[in-house]
Amino acid sequence: MPADADILTQLPDLGGPAEPLLKVRGLTRYFKLNRGLFRSQRGAIRAVDEVSFDIRKGETLGLVGESGCGKSTLSRLIMALMVPSGGEVIFDGQSVGPGGWSLKEYRRQVQMVFQDSYASLNPRMTVEEVIAFGPIVHGMTHRDAVSRAHELLAAVGLSVAQFARRYAHELSGGQRQRVNIARALALRPRLIILDEPVSALDKSVEAQVLNLLMDLKDEFGLTYLFVSHDLNVVHYMVDRVMVMYLGRVVEIGSVDRIYQDAAHPYTQALLASRPLLDPKRRRTEPPVTGDPPNPVNPPSGCRFHTRCAYADAVCSTQVPGLVPIAKDHAAACLMTVPGSGHHCAPAMAA
Amino acid sequence: MPGEPDDALVQVRNLHVRFVSKDATVHAVNGVDFDLGTGEVLCILGESGSGKSVTLRSMMRLHPPRTTVLSGAIRVAGHDILAISDRRLSEIRGSIVSMIFQEPMTSLDPVFTLGTQIAEVIVRHEGTSRATARRRALELLDLVQIPSARQRLAAYPHELSGGLRQRAMIAIALACRPKVLLADEPTTALDATVQIQILLLLRHLQQQMGMGMIFVTHDLGVASEIADRIAVMYAGRFVEQGPVDALMRAPLHPYTQGLLGATVHDGMRGKRLFTIPGAPPDLEFLPPGCSFAPRCSRASAECLNDPPHWRHPAPGRIARCVRVQDAA
Repeated sequence: MPADADILTQLPDLGGPAEPLLKVRGLTRYFKLNRGLFRSQRGAIRAVDEVSFDIRKGETLGLVGESGCGKSTLSRLIMALMVPSGGEVIFDGQSVGPGGWSLKEYRRQVQMVFQDSYASLNPRMTVEEVIAFGPIVHGMTHRDAVSRAHELLAAVGLSVAQFARRYAHELSGGQRQRVNIARALALRPRLIILDEPVSALDKSVEAQVLNLLMDLKDEFGLTYLFVSHDLNVVHYMVDRVMVMYLGRVVEIGSVDRIYQDAAHPYTQALLASRPLLDPKRRRTEPPVTGDPPNPVNPPSGCRFHTRCAYADAVCSTQVPGLVPIAKDHAAACLMTVPGSGHHCAPAMAA
Repeated sequence: MPGEPDDALVQVRNLHVRFVSKDATVHAVNGVDFDLGTGEVLCILGESGSGKSVTLRSMMRLHPPRTTVLSGAIRVAGHDILAISDRRLSEIRGSIVSMIFQEPMTSLDPVFTLGTQIAEVIVRHEGTSRATARRRALELLDLVQIPSARQRLAAYPHELSGGLRQRAMIAIALACRPKVLLADEPTTALDATVQIQILLLLRHLQQQMGMGMIFVTHDLGVASEIADRIAVMYAGRFVEQGPVDALMRAPLHPYTQGLLGATVHDGMRGKRLFTIPGAPPDLEFLPPGCSFAPRCSRASAECLNDPPHWRHPAPGRIARCVRVQDAA
């Protein structure tokens, strides 16, 4: 038996640097809709529909999209807080579930920070108890777990003397989010899913937390999945970006490719919708009209075709797959597929 | 403020708002002065708890009267808001001054159709027949660019998307052509692609109808899309006011400078973000001097005794900071 303090160090890299830390393959989640008053609503919401991507070791992958695009469902599926309707999650070369990582082993390596910092802390536990809880469940002695909690409080910039014995309601929003980050770090995970971690914070506090997340990533050797609707924050934080629309991935690529040369009209519209902080360059026309459609009845074919300025007849019938268009850049748009029948598509190679 | 015209559409002088309960007195607004001209858009920019929404709600006396102590003066289109009777106030609300809120779902009545809710305002204020009011409601839905407006008249709020609900709320607010529109973070709950649509719609309608608008937001980007003038609020006081271009280009007050530096925008990748240390003060126990001094890197002894007075460094620009020099 190793000494208690030796347990719960970060688990070693199994697959080597070339193996993605997380592989998601065909992940799908439907929500059945036969409830409703008088069972009036039938069918299913395809919240996440055949989503596949990799998170590489040591990177920060940004996940962006509007409400209802499935980004929170996807985070919860990866975290195994929800059972998928199909597809699989492979962590460092081993699948999650029978024959691979047990849930307890997996969750030790993958942790999550939620948007609502208050709802994600137990109101009846002090800050140090909240942080020490995970390590105790994983076999650490109470004393070691509390001393780890104190180390982590210092690491996230909260003074132990001042904060260790406080309850969640005695903290400000920024302080609570720091506690949530400390709790996520307590099991020495390798991947942290950050689900809108700064959306509820004021700008001056947001900057503090973003700086902290950058520092912790280096200090603890972490990989991040950074979920956000704020494209400026994503641009600042991430190495690669994945854009979702109504349950599907529409584009994925390096941050430079996406922000300088986005291929999908939805990504372009999303980027063009950012307020500019420059009163001299005000827009007169919105980049895209209408609201995202209801995910209960998503449009046929390409789900964006109802709002797309370039939509052609073929877009309403043919579902575009995610195809590579350059190094480290793929998009799901018929305009990029040679011979797809879209009037903007490049000609078929002879 | 001296030198401002007396015939401004909205005049606020030395506004104080306190919320009093048995346990505590919260000083939410501590001496706010401003004017709003006809056809002007003023953005009140501040973080949560700065008093920006409280200031806005005071323009219509929307605070619970028992626990709120209001003092100072508010004149909206010639009406003395703090002095008039409740009855007169409800005539003014909706016809002279109107408000839109952050959460359209909680501001619309879930059991009435949009048509009924819009028509109600018109019947109440203008005494028209229901049929006339419904016709006007249809025109209003067209005005706020709701597609297939005729069917939407019969729709309930839950049947609409967030963007359409916000458009419907704007239609209700504008039903009686108010002179002043108060907007309390109306785009904060919306998606990015919808937010810009609503901002453009509001700007278009404001110009078309020649309304004055006070727009409260925490988002510098939103303010720079819609404002003519920005007032930055901190701990219940305005700390800086100026035209949007000048203020965004060269903020005067250290708090505004910090806010701008802490807002992530293009070209910041790879750089460390500027942060404002600490947190805003407790509104129960405000420091006697400049409220921002405890977080300010340039604070000195003179900042700690009395709140700083307005300095006037350039025409149209003012800041409450002892470091800012008056124009010669």
